[in-house]
Amino acid sequence: MDFTLTDEQTLLQDSVARFVQNDYSFEARQKLVAGDPGYSPDNWRQFAELGWLGVPFAEEDGGFGGGAVESMLMLEQFGKGLVVEPFLPTVVLAGGALKIAGSAEQKAAYLSGIIDGSVQAALAFAEPQGRYNLADLTTTARSEGDGWLLDGYKAVVLNGPSADLLVVSARTSGQQRDRDGVSLFLVPADADGIERRDYPTVDGLRAAEITFSGVSLGADALLGEADQGLAVLEQVIDEGILAVGAEAVGAMEVLYKATVEYCKTREQFGQPIGKFQVLQHRMVDMFMEHEQAKSLVYMAAMRLDEGYGPEAQKAVSALKVQVGKSGRFVGQSAIQLHGAMGMTDELSVGHYFKRLTTIDNLFGNVDFHLKRFGGR
Amino acid sequence: MSDLAAFREQTRAWLAENCPPGARGPGEVPTGSTKVEVADADTRLWLERMAERGWTVPTWPTAYGGGGLSAEEARVLYDEMAAIDARPPLVNMGTRMLGPTLLEFGTEAQKKRHLTRIAQGRAAWCQGYSEPSAGSDLANVRTRAEDRGDEFVINGQKIWTSGAQTADWMFALVRTDPAAPKHQGISFVLLSMDQPGVTVRPIRLISGSSPFCETFFDDAVASKDDLVGEPNHGWTVGKRLLQHERSGQGGLGPRSGRSQPVGVTVDLDPAETALRYLGSEHGRIADAALRNRVIDFKMASKAFGLTQQRAAEENSSGNAPGEATSIFKLYGATLARERQDLVVALMGFRGLGWDGDGFSDAEVGAMRSFLASRAVTIYGGTNEVQQNIIAKRVLGLPD
Repeated sequence: MDFTLTDEQTLLQDSVARFVQNDYSFEARQKLVAGDPGYSPDNWRQFAELGWLGVPFAEEDGGFGGGAVESMLMLEQFGKGLVVEPFLPTVVLAGGALKIAGSAEQKAAYLSGIIDGSVQAALAFAEPQGRYNLADLTTTARSEGDGWLLDGYKAVVLNGPSADLLVVSARTSGQQRDRDGVSLFLVPADADGIERRDYPTVDGLRAAEITFSGVSLGADALLGEADQGLAVLEQVIDEGILAVGAEAVGAMEVLYKATVEYCKTREQFGQPIGKFQVLQHRMVDMFMEHEQAKSLVYMAAMRLDEGYGPEAQKAVSALKVQVGKSGRFVGQSAIQLHGAMGMTDELSVGHYFKRLTTIDNLFGNVDFHLKRFGGR
Repeated sequence: MSDLAAFREQTRAWLAENCPPGARGPGEVPTGSTKVEVADADTRLWLERMAERGWTVPTWPTAYGGGGLSAEEARVLYDEMAAIDARPPLVNMGTRMLGPTLLEFGTEAQKKRHLTRIAQGRAAWCQGYSEPSAGSDLANVRTRAEDRGDEFVINGQKIWTSGAQTADWMFALVRTDPAAPKHQGISFVLLSMDQPGVTVRPIRLISGSSPFCETFFDDAVASKDDLVGEPNHGWTVGKRLLQHERSGQGGLGPRSGRSQPVGVTVDLDPAETALRYLGSEHGRIADAALRNRVIDFKMASKAFGLTQQRAAEENSSGNAPGEATSIFKLYGATLARERQDLVVALMGFRGLGWDGDGFSDAEVGAMRSFLASRAVTIYGGTNEVQQNIIAKRVLGLPD
């Protein structure tokens, strides 16, 4: 396995790193979280101008032609700054579904808008009863005339409040949990029959509960083949796991380094607490957990770039397990070593912990992916 | 075709023709000791053929018996050896630890004399480091070496000397200036084990084996020509050697020679052991809780292998390992110990054997290896010492 980056990859990584370091202070981030729409449209425009929103898309679709490694490099930097701009829902998830399954017409209609920053999007795949089972759907779409009629309910739709375009999974045939019979649809967020309840999630991001009541869709709303949407959805979610895994690695790096710095300066018993061996060893463990998680993120990115299949799925599950465990350990230890200060809303440490906690729960937690790795 | 691809093809062809069947799969790996007869003819032949090409130590210069390969070429060689399950032709403390250290600190004469013999498998080495009062606090060594003109005369005691019974030579940390601060009065010397002043006594461990010894010096002699580095500056040399030791213990180097803890004789694969003792259900390990332990272990091993590789590539400055080797030692040792824990746990009560007919050789061996592997997180610097090193040298925490 070759871990060395190409010159282009290094340039991309550096430019995102510079943005996060220079233009994305924790204070500025907290202001965005407190206001509407929960992120900065100016930043989003800048992402578009820098070409970042086109990174994972093919050159013939107006993109940069990057792969999983490029996404990983960007998201790791975003993770360091707890970036709230909706890159994951718009570009990785909804954009990813279009990239994998979209027809030439669909890509032309939507990808250019995503790439130039004018379209916000979301992937509406989760349902309250389904837990992490992507096929467990009560939302249905039945064919009517040339098109489709969509009914159902989607939970925790990330970026739902800002999305112009929704990619929605619905059952078009079979029983509630069948692998066959799942289809994906491109749904304009302002279509008749859509009702939305917006809210912030624990990590400061925005999501929505969305009800679809007899939403009428044209034939061209179907994304990919009818009844065969689950495979697309699985791939998109696995790419999403890589993205949040990379974010988590970035967040862990910030946390272990912040903890080391804090323990060098914080004095108790007349000396820096960083002199205490028991604390030093805890920080070594934090550092090691970060390194292990980073290795698995790299491996998953490379496997995904080699082609989507069982090997890539295993690598993604291994990554998700490691990130879940490491994230909890590093986050928890960072708070513990910062003492009561670590519990305050004022300090960034607790906010990194919240994001890491969310990431463990997104797209299948440790237990789910342990099982998936071991074979269903 | 790139040069490396061509090298891969040639190497593959050469190995196919020259690696005898008996040198593939599990089996004996020679240490190069002149006191041990290698029983298997194929294993002897394999060592002979590899030594002739210098591929026992592929990256050493050809002038000292090495193969003169680049790091990339050596990686290709190891990959191709792993592909046909070839055992390393030779592994000992000379190839892994002393050799790289001598390449950096040795005189031309020392390299010529010692490296060539190591490369050809004609000398096994042991490590004279720990003493009764110098364990984790290694710089506290008291074994005294007195300057008598052309030679040093050595008195004192080493302990936990691995393989001292069969070693031909020892590299040792000895005190040459008792008045200096403890890190500054140490010298690094090489001495023959075959002399009247050296006595070796094996130590029996809880595993029933005796891989470690006590070594006593009673007017033992080391030639002045065998002082490595400057007198009283042996700590620098000795520390570098420890870094080579730790990177080896983490399992760097030939994949086919995944490093095993000292004294481990049976090294079973956890997943295979699980299927054998627990059975399978729909093609997976039947017991859910133990299945998760096996998966956890596999993932951690995979991540560790990748971390090592990543570190090796990031440290493209060369082959000399730095403080990061403590990471490999710490994590690699912990994993190696866990591997044995897991195998015994998977065997259930079949893992309780000690001797006699009630248990298979593999079962008894697994339990004894489990016991032996308790040492891996202690020798070469305990886990706690490695954590101290990482905290101070990698994370920059205060002393």
